[in-house]
Amino acid sequence: MSTDQPTERDSPDQTTDRTEASAGAGHGVTVRGLNAYYGQQQVIKGMDIDIRPNEVTAIIGPSGSGKSTVVRCINRMHEEIPGARAEGKVELDGLDVYSAGVDITAVRRLIGMVFQKPNPFPTMSIFNNVAAGLRLSGTKPNDLRERVHQALRSVGLWEEVKNRLNAPGIGLSGGQQQRLCIARAIAVEPEVVLMDEPCSALDPVATLRIEELMDELKTRYTIAIVTHNMQQAGRVADSTAFMLDGELVEHAPTTKIFTQPDDERTEQYVTGKFG
Amino acid sequence: MTTTALPELSARRRVTDRVMRSTLVAGFILALVPLILVLYFLIKHGLGTWTSGFFTSDPTGSFFGNPGGIRSAVLGSLEIVGLATVVTVPVGIAVALYLTEYGRNGRFANVIRYFVDVMTGVPSIMFGLFIYIALVIAHVGGGFTGWKGAVAIGLLMLPIVIRSAEVVLLLVPSSLREAALALGAPRWRVIARVILPTALPGIMTGSLLAVARGMGETAPLLFTVSTATVLTANLGDQMNTLPVQIYNDITSPRQAIVNQAWGAALALVALILILNLIARAVARRSAMT
Repeated sequence: MSTDQPTERDSPDQTTDRTEASAGAGHGVTVRGLNAYYGQQQVIKGMDIDIRPNEVTAIIGPSGSGKSTVVRCINRMHEEIPGARAEGKVELDGLDVYSAGVDITAVRRLIGMVFQKPNPFPTMSIFNNVAAGLRLSGTKPNDLRERVHQALRSVGLWEEVKNRLNAPGIGLSGGQQQRLCIARAIAVEPEVVLMDEPCSALDPVATLRIEELMDELKTRYTIAIVTHNMQQAGRVADSTAFMLDGELVEHAPTTKIFTQPDDERTEQYVTGKFG
Repeated sequence: MTTTALPELSARRRVTDRVMRSTLVAGFILALVPLILVLYFLIKHGLGTWTSGFFTSDPTGSFFGNPGGIRSAVLGSLEIVGLATVVTVPVGIAVALYLTEYGRNGRFANVIRYFVDVMTGVPSIMFGLFIYIALVIAHVGGGFTGWKGAVAIGLLMLPIVIRSAEVVLLLVPSSLREAALALGAPRWRVIARVILPTALPGIMTGSLLAVARGMGETAPLLFTVSTATVLTANLGDQMNTLPVQIYNDITSPRQAIVNQAWGAALALVALILILNLIARAVARRSAMT
């Protein structure tokens, strides 16, 4: 529903620039020459990666390899950490999100994010949590109620919460909270959804639900997921990128990465020889 | 099935446990004793003075005859501390927000933090003297006036509000800031819609501490508001206040006036308690929505 109505967006200057690209199905992200730092320490070293439209791209790698940092650079959340900075090109439909004068809030509205630990707003009800994205970004659609309900349906939470939309969001179980957070992210109708180890705090059943959800969501959104769980990458991802020490080692269709990777280090990692 | 015999708790650990527990209980009781004694004497001496006219008449100020009530003192205290609160709490929260959300550990923020700490340690009479020199002697808008007392009280409350609000704001998990920012919210909206509501109950408690502190302060008022007995709602006049009334009454050789001090002291404690309850109720209600 969102993809064929790009004119609905509230910032007209952008829509005009991207109408042509939006006419296609989805929206991809192209990362070129990305360097990211925490203080003096460089954690991403000249990385290139393509996140293709309407696919799930998984980023795997050992702890500290910079997986999370990469996705946090894509929606410019990396720089929120004191002392952190990033440079390079991150293009969404050909527009560089790091070019001077870009409105960061607009970037983040187009590139949503789901975090490792479910983080619903504790002072808000279930309904208000999902509506938060629309309200916080200053868009006040007339069909707010509809869009909230729609987002809850999309994440399969509707049947579970429809009778208690005014109950606090933190009263839900961990898995429900994470689906609530996904609903909150997609209610603003972003083009790309970044997921930073979204299942690492969840039990296997809740994890499975989220994985199924990703499969449905990729028809409408472009998804990049960071995971330390290789089975998960194998289950959900169309393509998988393997990272090591801040560099991209290999990015290929998931089956190829897991069965016949080009790089020796990738093979060692996916077969469990290190990491 | 094999049963494993669990070893019994050793005598030494049992004794240690008992000794430590009784030490903690003893400490608790010790801390409670002065608190209960204060309340006991306040109620014992104060409650008797709460006659029908106590809250509806003003102190007469006459040494002989009827000492009167404390109406003007209650009104004066409420107005002066009210004015101080209305000004300092928003300013204090704003400073705390600057420290936690913008300044963080920058040099400027640390300088502010340092001065706030220094201000917390300044004896209250210094604020009184400062306003006395800066506003009373300089004769800014009259001599002794209620609003100058409010300024002195406000200066005293400000660092308390800032410090308590900062502590609470730092407790707001950074994951909530990130969640809101990642939704494309501008920083001011993140603060107004997510951070402040989350921290509100704590900020309320901290501000109340400051209000309670301001209510009970005598020293900043002595040289700024001076004393009065008549009822006035005008902050441009000399006003009567509860602490100053108590201060004046308690030194009187006449028992009836000393009793009035007890009554006023009990009223002061009751007033702070009531304000506390109201603020808690408000905070709880606003936390629900």
